[in-house]
This record gives sequence, C-alpha cells and structure tokens, in this order.
Amino acid sequence: MKKSRGLSDKTSDIILVTICTIIMLLVAYPLYYVVVASVSNPYDVYAGKTFLLPSEFTLKGYTAVFADDSLLRGFLNSVKYTVIGTVFSVVMLYITAYPLAQSDLPGRKFFSIFFLITMYFGGGLVPTYLVVKQTGLLYNMWALFLPGGVAVGNMIIVRNYFQNNIPHDLIEAASIDGCSKWRTFIRIVIPLSKPIMAVMVVFSMVAYWNDWFTALIYLRAEQAPMPLVIRNILIKSSASASQASTISGGYAELNKLTEMLKFSSMIVAAAPMLIIYPFVQKYFEKGFMAGAVKG
Amino acid sequence: MNEAISKKPVRVGKPLKTRLLNNWQLYLLLLIPVVITFIYKYIPMYGIQIAFRDYKASRGYLGSEWVGFDWFTRFFNAPTFGRMIKNTILLSFYSLLWSFPVPIILSLCINQLRFKRYQRVVQTVLYAPHFISTMVICGMLRIFLSPSGGLINLLLGTQVDFLTQSSAFRTIYIASGIWQDAGWGCIIYLATLSNVDTSLYEAAKVDGASVFQRIMNVDVPALLPMAILNLIMSAGSLMNVGFEKVWLLQTELNKATSDVIAVYVYQQGIENAKYSYSTAVGLFNTVINLVLLFVVNKIASKTSDVGIV
Repeated sequence: MKKSRGLSDKTSDIILVTICTIIMLLVAYPLYYVVVASVSNPYDVYAGKTFLLPSEFTLKGYTAVFADDSLLRGFLNSVKYTVIGTVFSVVMLYITAYPLAQSDLPGRKFFSIFFLITMYFGGGLVPTYLVVKQTGLLYNMWALFLPGGVAVGNMIIVRNYFQNNIPHDLIEAASIDGCSKWRTFIRIVIPLSKPIMAVMVVFSMVAYWNDWFTALIYLRAEQAPMPLVIRNILIKSSASASQASTISGGYAELNKLTEMLKFSSMIVAAAPMLIIYPFVQKYFEKGFMAGAVKG
Repeated sequence: MNEAISKKPVRVGKPLKTRLLNNWQLYLLLLIPVVITFIYKYIPMYGIQIAFRDYKASRGYLGSEWVGFDWFTRFFNAPTFGRMIKNTILLSFYSLLWSFPVPIILSLCINQLRFKRYQRVVQTVLYAPHFISTMVICGMLRIFLSPSGGLINLLLGTQVDFLTQSSAFRTIYIASGIWQDAGWGCIIYLATLSNVDTSLYEAAKVDGASVFQRIMNVDVPALLPMAILNLIMSAGSLMNVGFEKVWLLQTELNKATSDVIAVYVYQQGIENAKYSYSTAVGLFNTVINLVLLFVVNKIASKTSDVGIV
C-alpha cells in the first residue's frame, strides 16, 4: 500500500472522500438541526432561520424537560429499566452461552434448538400478553425483561466468541487444577471475554433505553419510560397539565415552551446512547464476525 | 470430581451418567434461562389455540368453546383485509428493494478510504441514527414533515402536509429507514471486507488496476456470499413489517397505504381486547412468514451453499 501511487489513485481518493463526506453530512445534518433547534426560539426555527446556527440562544428547553414532572419521571424510569434490564440480559446471555459453548455437554444440541426455535416462531402479541397477565407481571417492571427471555441472536454471538477466543486448553488446565465449572466461568471465561461483554452491555442498554412498546402494553402511564412520555409531546402535540400550571406567561408562552420541549426532549432521549456507543465501536465488527462464523 | 476426568481432553468415552454428573453446575446455570424461555416463549405457543376458540378468561384455554376457523374467515371478510395484505407486502417489498443495496455500496466506498482515522469518523457518524429510538425518529419526521415550518417544506419552499398524503407514506417510511439503518448495515460487510487478503490488492495494483477495478474485481466477489445470505434472511420476513414506526406515522388520512397487519393485531388485541380474533390474525401472518422463510431457504440451499435453518 505504501508504494508510489499514480494520479488515478489520488483522484479516486478525492472522489471517495467527497462521496463519504457528503453522505456523512446527510446523515448528521438532521441531528445537528434538532440540536440547534433545541436551543433556539421555536418560532425562528419554523420560520427557517436556524439552518446552521441557533437564534436567541437559550437553554430553557432543557430546564423545562427536567422541571416537568412527567418527563423527569419518564427519564428516571428509563434509567432504572435500562440498568436493571441490562444486568438481567447480560447475565442471561452469559449463563446460557457458557454451557452451550462446551462441546462435550450432553444435551447441548437439544438446548440449542430449544432456544433457536424461539427466534423463528412465537406465540404472538396476545398469547404472550395473556401469559404475562397470568403470571402477575402486568403493571410490574419485570414485564419489560422476562418475556424477552434470552436474546438468541446475541447469545449465539457470545457462544461463538467463547468457542473461538477462549482456548480449550485453558479450561482443561483449570479443570486439572480442581477449579469447578462455576469458578472457571467467573475466573477465566468472564475476564477473557470483556470485549464481547462490552458490546452486549451496549446492545442491551440501547434496546432497553429505546424501548417503549413493551411499556405501552404492560405498564401504567406513571411507569412509562422516557420515549413513551415524549410521545404525548411529539405525536399528540399536547402540553402536560403540570406545565400548564407552572407557566405564568399565559397561553402564548406555554405554546412556545411546548414547541421547545419537542426538540429538547428528543435530544435528552437520544443523547445518552449516542454518547456511549463510540466507546465500544471498535468491538462491533469483531462481534459480528464471531456471530457469523458458525461454531 | 473434576480431577477424575481431567486426564482426557475429550470425554466422549465416559458413560453418560458420569458426564451428566460432571456437568451439573452447567445444567444449573442453564435451568434459569430454560425456565424463563419455557414460560414466556413456549406457553404462549400453546396459547395460540385461542385462535381456534372463543376465548373467555374465566374458562381458560381448554374450557373456551372451539370455533374452528371462524376468526380466520372473519378476518378474510374484513373490509380492510385486501388493503392490509397489499400494504404489508408492498411496504416490506419496496423497503427491501431500496434498502438492501445501500449498505453494500456504502461499505465498498468506506472500505477503500485510505485514511484510517477518517474512516473511523465516517463509521461513527453513519452508525449514530441506529442508536436512536423509533419514537425520536418519528418525532423528528413529524416535525420535519410538518406543513408549517417543517425542515423539508422550508427547504422545498412548499407547505405540504406529507403525513396526510397516502402517496407519500411509503417514501417517508423507506427513506427514513435507510437514513437510520444503512450505516449500521455496513458493519457486517466491512467486517467481511477486512478479511480480504491484501495480496490480492497488491496483485491487482501490479496489474495496473484502478481503484474502481479493484472494487469490482476484488471487493464485490468477496461480499457476494454475505449479500446473498442477507437477501435470503430479509426475503424470509417479507410479511414482517414492524409495528412501531407505522403506528407512529399513521394518520387517519394516510391509512390507504399505512394500514398494515401488525397495527391491526395490536388494535384488535390490546386496544379492543378481542383476544381470539387478534391471535388468529397474528397467526396467519406468522405462518405466511414461516412458509416464506422455508421456501426461500430451500431455494438458497439448492442454488448455493448458504442457508440458515
């Protein structure tokens, strides 16, 4: 690659960089626009004055997000569900993938198929809803986690990672030293699989942070996570009662604040995951390859 | 206990009982996910029978009256049946048609970027929308497409209310889908390309091949098997239009194209509590999906050596 390059290579470099830059701008601009709009006067936004820079810079939209009872509660609910759900999911992935990665485990094939079937066939919306109801999980936070069971696709990625990246000799050696299966799991397998764990933690976090459909079906309004709360503002375009009571400037001021909230609440809902994923980005490709190679 | 069997790396020779006992800790670990999966995945499959019964909660699954295919007949005779089938298939077919090639072309470009740091930046930016909730995506769409001051109307200098036009719905759905997930879809292709033997590039260069020729003769053949596999998987879920985005973008006025089966299942089952009817509609959809998956997979395993089930 380091050899002298012809002019045509240089030209094509320029073309490729140009294409990629244009695509990058197309992807990034809508997000940038929302950020700019969230700190601007909403009427200027709708008048088309904020294509590149904010007008009448203000952080009022953001203080309003956290001053609003329902939005704040939604945010805190989301944090809670994401933390608990992620711990639950990753533990489930690991305790499923580790046994299934042992090629000499009797019944391994049976259990693999047992999980794999759920990827292609399921009871559907209502039968699942009825089981959740019958097991007493309606209006219970655990209805967000348990019905999902094991994320089979991710489990296969983790299992393949164990098989391909943790030397079998090491497990054997631990076994010879009298290390139990559990200890081997905790002392060897978990520390040696940190990259894939990081990826799975991020995948689970994103899934729980962004989920609202499960909460829509199984939870009460006051248990709603952030996305479901902002639905009232974004889709139904209605101001909450708590806002109406805290605003003193009358209807016009309330209207303006509601418009600002549309932008700022979207940013608050999207930002946490956008900040986190670049930290594990370098492991994504590896993880996907591990999943693609059949073990 | 472990010391007794540790001498042999492969324990196949041991009697089954010993092997089961040696692994009791592993079975105990597996017990938890197996029980949860059984309750929340397999019992609902058993519950599918309510599609053939007139389910009453007080009577339970088996106690409810058997009605055979009544619910299915009712669905086939529903006034919007034809529309829903057509919309579901077309939305997903056009999605596949437009969304499938984009990640392939993108990854071919990104892979040829020589400045690795810049390549990283491009990837980071392109992945970003994938990590945003559909709720936020649809919120953005609603604002951007608004007739009064929406970004799209501002740029076009028009005042069109796109979400009330059924002719615009598919375009909105598919274009925003590409915006959100085309970048993320590159990962698997980029991973494949990173495994291409660099000596092939060197050889191509010695032969005087241009960048474009290298892409066509080295990268494209390397991507082909993965692309075919992806196409098979998507074709198998042709009736599997997601509920979330359609539901959030649906308005009374664009229903002519946005009325799909998934939304109907939700409305009938959860909003109207017509449990048996909704289950029947859902089952109809699932069965068609499974048949498609098997057919497509059969064709694929006959014509090439890639297959999934």
